[in-house]
Amino acid sequence: MATVTASGFESRSADLRRARRDRMMRRFNTHILPRVVLIAMCVIFILPFYWMLALGLKSNAELSQYPPTLYPHDPQWGNFKAATEAIDFWGFAQNTLLITVITIAASVISNPIIAYGFSRIEWPGRDKVFLIVLATVFMPFPVLIVALFDIFARLGWVNTILPLVVPMFVGQAFWIFLMRQFLMQISPDMSDAARIDGANEFQIFYQIILPQTLPALGVIAIFAGIHAWNDFLGPLIYLINPEKYTLALGLTFFSSQASYDVQFNLLMAASTLIVLPVIVLFLLFQKAFISGISVGSIK
Amino acid sequence: MNTLPPLTTPAEPTAPATAARRRPWSLTRNERKNLGLGLLFISPWLVGFFAFLLYPIYYTVRLSFTRYGGFGEPVWIGLDNYKRFWTDGLFHTSLWNTLYYTGLAVPIGVVVAMVLALAMNQPLPEIPIYRTILYLPSVLPLFAISFIFWALLDPNKGVVNEFLRLLGFSPPNWFGEVAYAKIALVGLAQFGAGQAALIFLAGLKGIPQHLYEASMIDGAGAWSRFRNITVPLMTPVILYDLILGLSLGLQVFTQSYIITRGGPANSTTFIVYYLYNNAFKFGGQMGYASAIAVFLFVLTFLIAIVVFQTSSRWVNYDLT
Repeated sequence: MATVTASGFESRSADLRRARRDRMMRRFNTHILPRVVLIAMCVIFILPFYWMLALGLKSNAELSQYPPTLYPHDPQWGNFKAATEAIDFWGFAQNTLLITVITIAASVISNPIIAYGFSRIEWPGRDKVFLIVLATVFMPFPVLIVALFDIFARLGWVNTILPLVVPMFVGQAFWIFLMRQFLMQISPDMSDAARIDGANEFQIFYQIILPQTLPALGVIAIFAGIHAWNDFLGPLIYLINPEKYTLALGLTFFSSQASYDVQFNLLMAASTLIVLPVIVLFLLFQKAFISGISVGSIK
Repeated sequence: MNTLPPLTTPAEPTAPATAARRRPWSLTRNERKNLGLGLLFISPWLVGFFAFLLYPIYYTVRLSFTRYGGFGEPVWIGLDNYKRFWTDGLFHTSLWNTLYYTGLAVPIGVVVAMVLALAMNQPLPEIPIYRTILYLPSVLPLFAISFIFWALLDPNKGVVNEFLRLLGFSPPNWFGEVAYAKIALVGLAQFGAGQAALIFLAGLKGIPQHLYEASMIDGAGAWSRFRNITVPLMTPVILYDLILGLSLGLQVFTQSYIITRGGPANSTTFIVYYLYNNAFKFGGQMGYASAIAVFLFVLTFLIAIVVFQTSSRWVNYDLT
């Protein structure tokens, strides 16, 4: 990483001075400036979550103080319990969890099967059809909500979780793509050997390929779970009765009840309880998250 | 729906590939068998593609020519819903709000993500910590982030305005003033920048190091290296992020539904919010809502086409 000075005509000391200046500039560019930018951004990114916790722990009296206190002077840990009682928190959590679990199961079943058909079997037109799969990634979901609602209403599925989970059994374009990328890296030798031994394609998929895809299955399971837990528009459209609500809807309903004086402390305490499992999951499986993300950058 | 019937015919050894080349329009026995197998494996996707995508698109287009309240049968009214676009002031407002929001949030998002990626590409030992913190918000639920921002920017209970007051500013009521509500939502959108930053970072890692070394020997400065090597080589990744960002920006909904309810004075009534209200709140405007959906689809498609068309002028595929 030595700085190269090409000129042989200048004096040695000027050369040295320039080398030192260059070295300092390089140090500034590679060590100081990036740190300043990153630390500043990290502070900005953490601030909302600090404020969520701070407000979540304030008493009603402290919440109404103006100017606001910058940290809870008398932390009310009871707010968490109060938040779970202000709305049917555990009921909503159960509904959300049920949708999440079915979504995960559906995704890890359907996406590998579909991706196998797009990667491990050569059939005419395969790659053209796969382009259609990729194109559907860009389809804006809100465009379909009126039609989907009406179709599901005619099927009698509205106000059940069926419209939220049944589409998960037919694969999601991005997860098919992710799985296909993974399957294409597996060598064909073992499948070919099994074919010669008379194994059929489904046996090859189930007994030889599937066990090798566990890391990718994990990534899909995590993404699918997060997707279901975080979903807002889907439940908002299809779930009508409060007893069917997910956490997202329950909390929105709670916040819209008091339009002038929102109980921010309870709202933030409940938000903390909702966000916490995702944060824990993220910290545990960070590698899987990041590998899933970087697949998107493969051209 | 998803269980595959067991296949009884054992697979035959594959025929030499050259045999298939002779008559490309007709399939060999083996190709036909593989076609059947391939379609069988992707059949769940095929079902979904027709049932949950193509048919609903067709259904939306058909509904857009009708008056329909959600009960009974839709009444055919021809192009009336589309004619209404010309006179519907709130529709114009929602279109303007959406374009304004997308036009700000997406380019700013690209710049923020690029700055973060460049900073994370430096050899600092604590990069994993930054990466964790910066990426985390993009996996958290948008509805929860919306609640948090609502509290964060509240004029009386929020910490942002308290800081601004301490610095001597007289801060606005962000979500309560027409001039600031969209700006605040653009700011909220930047909390998803960590995801794009990681995609950009993967792109940066793929740039061959020798290009930088060669240019340094030629005496190029840091800015010139960024301008002439980094940016051109990153253009395919930027294009990908731009297309995805535009598509998502035009769909903006949750934030305004939760925080501002379209207000103040409809300044955060975006297209999808207006579509949602027509379909599910204004009582029986599903035909009109479908026309708005068709409009949004065409708009997204056109913008993507325009970006792709112009991309041949600025996206560089040669050097990757």
